[in-house]
Amino acid sequence: MSANTIPTAQLNRDPIDAGGSSQGRLENVTSRSTGDRVLAVFTQALLLFWALLVIFPFVWMVFTSFKTNSEILFSPWDLPASPHWVNFSNAWNNAHIGRYVLNSFIVIAMSLTGTLLVSAMAAYVIARFEFPGNRVVFYVFMAGLMFPVFLGLVPLYFLMGDLGIKDTYHGLALVYIAYSLPFTIFFLVGFFKTLPGEVAEAAIVDGASQYQIFFQIMLPMAKPGLIAMGIFNFLGHWNQYLLPLVLMQDEGKRVLSQGLGMLAIQQGYQNDYGALFAAMTITMVPTLIVYIIFQKRLESGLTAGALKG
Amino acid sequence: MYYRKYRVIIPFLLPALILYSVFVLYPYARAFYISLTSWRGTSANMPFVGMDNYRKLLDETRFLDALTRNGQLLIILPLFTIGLALLFASLFTQGGKGQGVFGASFYRITFFFPQVISAVIVGILFTYVYSPNNGLLNGLLRAVGLDSLTRAWLGNAHTILWAIAAVAVWSSVGFYMVIFIASMQSIPTTFYEAAVLDGAGRWRQFKDITLPLMWETIRTSLIYIAISALDMFTLVQVMTGGGSSGASRKAEVASVYMYSEAFTKSRWGNASAVGVILLILTLILSVVIMRVTRRETYEF
Repeated sequence: MSANTIPTAQLNRDPIDAGGSSQGRLENVTSRSTGDRVLAVFTQALLLFWALLVIFPFVWMVFTSFKTNSEILFSPWDLPASPHWVNFSNAWNNAHIGRYVLNSFIVIAMSLTGTLLVSAMAAYVIARFEFPGNRVVFYVFMAGLMFPVFLGLVPLYFLMGDLGIKDTYHGLALVYIAYSLPFTIFFLVGFFKTLPGEVAEAAIVDGASQYQIFFQIMLPMAKPGLIAMGIFNFLGHWNQYLLPLVLMQDEGKRVLSQGLGMLAIQQGYQNDYGALFAAMTITMVPTLIVYIIFQKRLESGLTAGALKG
Repeated sequence: MYYRKYRVIIPFLLPALILYSVFVLYPYARAFYISLTSWRGTSANMPFVGMDNYRKLLDETRFLDALTRNGQLLIILPLFTIGLALLFASLFTQGGKGQGVFGASFYRITFFFPQVISAVIVGILFTYVYSPNNGLLNGLLRAVGLDSLTRAWLGNAHTILWAIAAVAVWSSVGFYMVIFIASMQSIPTTFYEAAVLDGAGRWRQFKDITLPLMWETIRTSLIYIAISALDMFTLVQVMTGGGSSGASRKAEVASVYMYSEAFTKSRWGNASAVGVILLILTLILSVVIMRVTRRETYEF
């Protein structure tokens, strides 16, 4: 279908000359109210159906994490006879989920701070300073949004070895930061551009240095944007699977999603399904908490790129 | 003044530029070179073989099959994801009248949730949902008397790819729905009021007002989904148990093939060539989508 055959006149049509007689309008109103009711019922039915489709697997997962192995295998639909808490200690200790949680937090503490600081500094300069190459720098970062991670995976694996930071927490954190830069900078550049300049100008008059202006005035003003990107990147780093799979092959240093993936494969011969479901529940809980507390900001952060893009 | 300006610009830009160059740009550039060698990773010398890896890939059925599956996903994922997201979003906004649906914020929070959950959890969870004997799906089918439809969804060569695709749709519909709702709500309600005066029904309003005015958002979403259809690594890797035997092989996509070429077979040159092909396909696809979906845009 050719893109140019779509009629464009509808929007400019004059509402008065197009059959809008008062009689027609009245009929419309009466028929609309029954139509409205049918639509409302249909809407509720459909939305409820999808909501159940989304919620049910997660609820089932949480209940399953309290069941014994035989309950899981032979009565998957029943509630647990009594909560089998030992699944959680099995997952935490025997399946090393506790270790993986700790590893994830170590890496994320570094990667999240780094991502926000490095991105905010770069975004501030790109958004508020005129210099030759300003646009070029911005577009070089934006190009990173288009490139598949898979392209760089093999060289990255060897590069980390050459630099001696493969299988290290800070090495993985540096890679997380680097791959988070394009979107975080994109978002924060837009944010810094909207901030008023008067406060900073007043501070310059008062003799503040550029560093003071950035750290004491601009960063605090950019707090909503930083929070949005903090949540966005927390979830992104918490859920990251491919990069640690390649760059953290030391078993004791596995991060959570990666460890969980490995655990699922091992279940084939260990057969402790309860521990696996407990591990999944443990992994989901921090996400759930962050999501419920920050739902509004997160939504705006996650969808900002798509809307502006 | 100039001097002082650059004393800020340079140190502020440098950390980002260094990290980005070292860990993103350099590996990307180097991948092109490795893809032209038959490097096995053990020795320092990298025998240059020109386009050999690419030529062999285009003859290798396993790779072409994997790529074909990405192609199938490229049709299925956008169709269902955008279709469902548009349907839900328009139910929420109801022709721009602005009045909320009962329970709107509950539905919104719920629908969006799978998007924030790790694809690893989603993958493992659905491995058990699809499990042949004690899985939820077969249990549900038996409960409503559709026993004939039950099967080993992930153990069957005909259903495995579609079972995984369904999970991808399930987890991303809410995300696109939220984007579409925002886009729909930015359309002035006066347009719809005028359309009602003209006697336009809901479908006409949707087709002639909503759709054209949110077209830019739909295009962008299409590109997002297309890029994710070329990836699909985590879901496929987890739901096939990382295996490439039996039915699992029937869901292998290019990214999973690349991973096994690289990290189980150490065929680094070949794996890098797959990476380059994926990049080229991503770029071509974005351009094609932009061209095919080009329409007049409306300012409002």
